[in-house]
Amino acid sequence: MTEGLQGPAPDERPQPSGRRNAQGIRIDPAVAAEPASRRTVISALVENEPGVLATISGLVSRRQFNIESLTVGTTTNPETSRVTLVIEEPEPGVRQVEKQLDKVINVISVRELGDDAVRRELVVLKVHGEEPDKVHAVTEMYDGTTLDAGPRTVTVQITGDEQKIDDAIDAFRQFGIRELARTGQTALARGEEWTTHAEEERYERTQS
Amino acid sequence: MSEQQPTHRPDADEPATEAATAEEVAAEGTPTEEASSEDAGARPVTTGSESVVRALETAGVEHLFGVQGGAIMPVYDALYDSAMDHVTMAHEQGAAHAADAYGIVSGDPGVCLATSGPGATNLVTGLADASLDSDPMIALTGQVPTAMVGSDAFQEADTTGITSPVTKENYFASDADTVGDAVGEAFALADEGRQGPTLVDLPKDVTNGATDREPDEGKTPETYDPPERADEEAVETAADAIASAERPVILAGGGVIKAEACDDLRQFATEYGVPVVTTMPAVGAFPEDRDLAMEMAGMHGTGYANMAITHCDAMFAVGTRFDDRLTGGVETFAPEAEIVHADIDPAEISKNVHADYPLLGDAGTVIEQVHAALAEERDTDMAATGERWQEWREQCLMWKDEYPMDYAAPADAPLKPQFVVEAVDAATADDTIVTTGVGQHQMWAVQYWTYTEPRTWVSSHGLGTMGYGLPSAIGARFAADDDQSVVCFDGDGSFLMTLQELAVAVRENLDITVFVLNNEAVGMVRQWQDGFFEGRRMASEYPWVPDFETLAEAFGARGYTIDDEGEVEDVVSEALAHDGPSVVDAHIDPTENVYPMVPSGGANGEFVLAEDQL
Ligand SMILES: Cc1ncc(C[n+]2csc(CCOP(=O)(O)OP(=O)(O)O)c2C)c(N)n1
Repeated sequence: MTEGLQGPAPDERPQPSGRRNAQGIRIDPAVAAEPASRRTVISALVENEPGVLATISGLVSRRQFNIESLTVGTTTNPETSRVTLVIEEPEPGVRQVEKQLDKVINVISVRELGDDAVRRELVVLKVHGEEPDKVHAVTEMYDGTTLDAGPRTVTVQITGDEQKIDDAIDAFRQFGIRELARTGQTALARGEEWTTHAEEERYERTQS
Repeated sequence: MSEQQPTHRPDADEPATEAATAEEVAAEGTPTEEASSEDAGARPVTTGSESVVRALETAGVEHLFGVQGGAIMPVYDALYDSAMDHVTMAHEQGAAHAADAYGIVSGDPGVCLATSGPGATNLVTGLADASLDSDPMIALTGQVPTAMVGSDAFQEADTTGITSPVTKENYFASDADTVGDAVGEAFALADEGRQGPTLVDLPKDVTNGATDREPDEGKTPETYDPPERADEEAVETAADAIASAERPVILAGGGVIKAEACDDLRQFATEYGVPVVTTMPAVGAFPEDRDLAMEMAGMHGTGYANMAITHCDAMFAVGTRFDDRLTGGVETFAPEAEIVHADIDPAEISKNVHADYPLLGDAGTVIEQVHAALAEERDTDMAATGERWQEWREQCLMWKDEYPMDYAAPADAPLKPQFVVEAVDAATADDTIVTTGVGQHQMWAVQYWTYTEPRTWVSSHGLGTMGYGLPSAIGARFAADDDQSVVCFDGDGSFLMTLQELAVAVRENLDITVFVLNNEAVGMVRQWQDGFFEGRRMASEYPWVPDFETLAEAFGARGYTIDDEGEVEDVVSEALAHDGPSVVDAHIDPTENVYPMVPSGGANGEFVLAEDQL
């Protein structure tokens, strides 16, 4: 007591020469690289308990993950659902999404799918019906299906990867799009690869 | 305790019933120790509420903190027949903090109860607090009957929705047959792996519902599988990184205390001579009176701790989440260090600071594993470890000399808060439990008290909840040993937020001493306004605080006032000696500020020692 705090002032102290970036990764200060974001698909197998979806969407919004789409549906096992998220994050962010999802008690298994994953999205769109033949031609071009055609509107469905859906929507713009609904992507790992480990284990179990 | 003792309350001295096998009695010592659960076993479950109570008894709960209300009444009714001790709090926030502190001091989940709607929402602050600090706690809330859920019924709130972001897991009980299992699972989850708060929402029809099912022994769900031992290969490479460092430090986080790993930490650090820095929740994990103790780092950490983490080239971080109050700006956090990060929660790895060597596992187990791996290396190139790190240790000691924790107290200055903290420390035993509110007083209490034992520092770290001090002292009192003292350092602002709990301390005659470091201001805010807002003291000065001495007396507690240094010793010893709650209103120098300080987002090594360095 009675002396007060002492020692050299901040600018008189030895300074370290190292640095980290905003993700806390040690970097060369001269280069100072920030990891680039990438768009990727995360698949989570969850238990069909009430509130799981709310928990997951709450988690994503609370932690400010950059989410592009989120889809849900049941799997071969009526007790589980698959949640497919498309996110755009730098590498550390992708790992955080995975780990935070994995922490949710009702989440059974989580995995990031590779670039070769089979991804599909559905759009239902309604255009003005003045030029039904032209609309039909565009629909054909995108392997779509006409769901409803009336004197004033035509409603079609297109499925495909994200790029194809974007292109199709662009193509339909010439007719004037009244409304559209996109599902967001859903995906499975390609070929023999399993989408989540838990499903592989269950499959092995039920086969034997 | 209520005036009317329930006549059918099981007598604690009753001998064990036949339900206990001879082995059980032999293993557990005297039969009376087991009286409560034996008696519980003798009482059949007939309702959901009884099943809830049975699950708590089976889990070994002794104390519950709560407030009554319509939707929770069936549970309270079942508690009437239980030997568990219910402490009625003045406010549900108090119940949550008391349960939280109980969990910190005892290591087992503290339990709080509240009714639906406002009762449940009043718990939220306490849940959020426990959640950010990973404290083991379980909350049971009443809910409107299932059929009315979603109808905006009287006292309805979406409790699971509201508390989902602030609980480790929460449950909506849907069935009288399984409600006890849900409570058992919530209890187990609160305790296992990374601890945290859990909640079970209890609709009135479920708790009133008929069931004869005894709840299962509480266990965590199958999908929950926290890691225990870190991968051996990862341990080897991490140990290599530590062994080849020139300037290693250990950064101990709250997880070290949670995992009961303080002995492992002490052995490891002492054997290899590695300086130990702690986070705020880990205060007490390593004795602060040792040379190797660099104490707390971060915003108001010691200068030497912040120098050590800024200049180290390897950091063995255990059980910490690298909170921003610790790291300052991450760009400048331990910028030269290879980071070995051990944690039981994979999501903490590389969340805030990138881990070069992640080790997933229980803190104690991982410290032992790294210890063993280093021991092998020592036979080869680590032969001279002790010497190799000698220079670094000396550097750390030099920093301790350069930046001692000290404060100026000119002869005619008003009473210094640091002096009060030191005086209480000097007058109490080493195992005294300190709880605090949030603000400057909290920082003085951590800086100027020498903590040597784990579970003696009880504070709100992650959430920084004003009003935490008094209710947490009440919870701590129930968890502490009878001969252990409990003191609370509070600010006038923090104390005003929950002081109604004094009524509880008086009713239960709890031996607690509250020291209000009274600066007639929300001092921490005023300090920032002076430092960063050109002294524009908007809404931070409280020249209208009540006379806390009289106020304490009005509650039936003992009250004291101190105005200058000369009175401190006598009043402190008198207040501590009083067997029951007392409040000491210490009128401190209102101009005193907390230093060292790392301005938020700044570099730890650039801590300032006074306002003119800001
Ligand atoms: C519930 C709550 N409200 C507001 C704050 C913001 N805050 C942080 S410290 C502080 C001042 C605390 O004042 P006091 O309890 O008197 O302690 P002092 O800093 O004066 O020691 C305030 C208002 C907070 N941490 N918690």
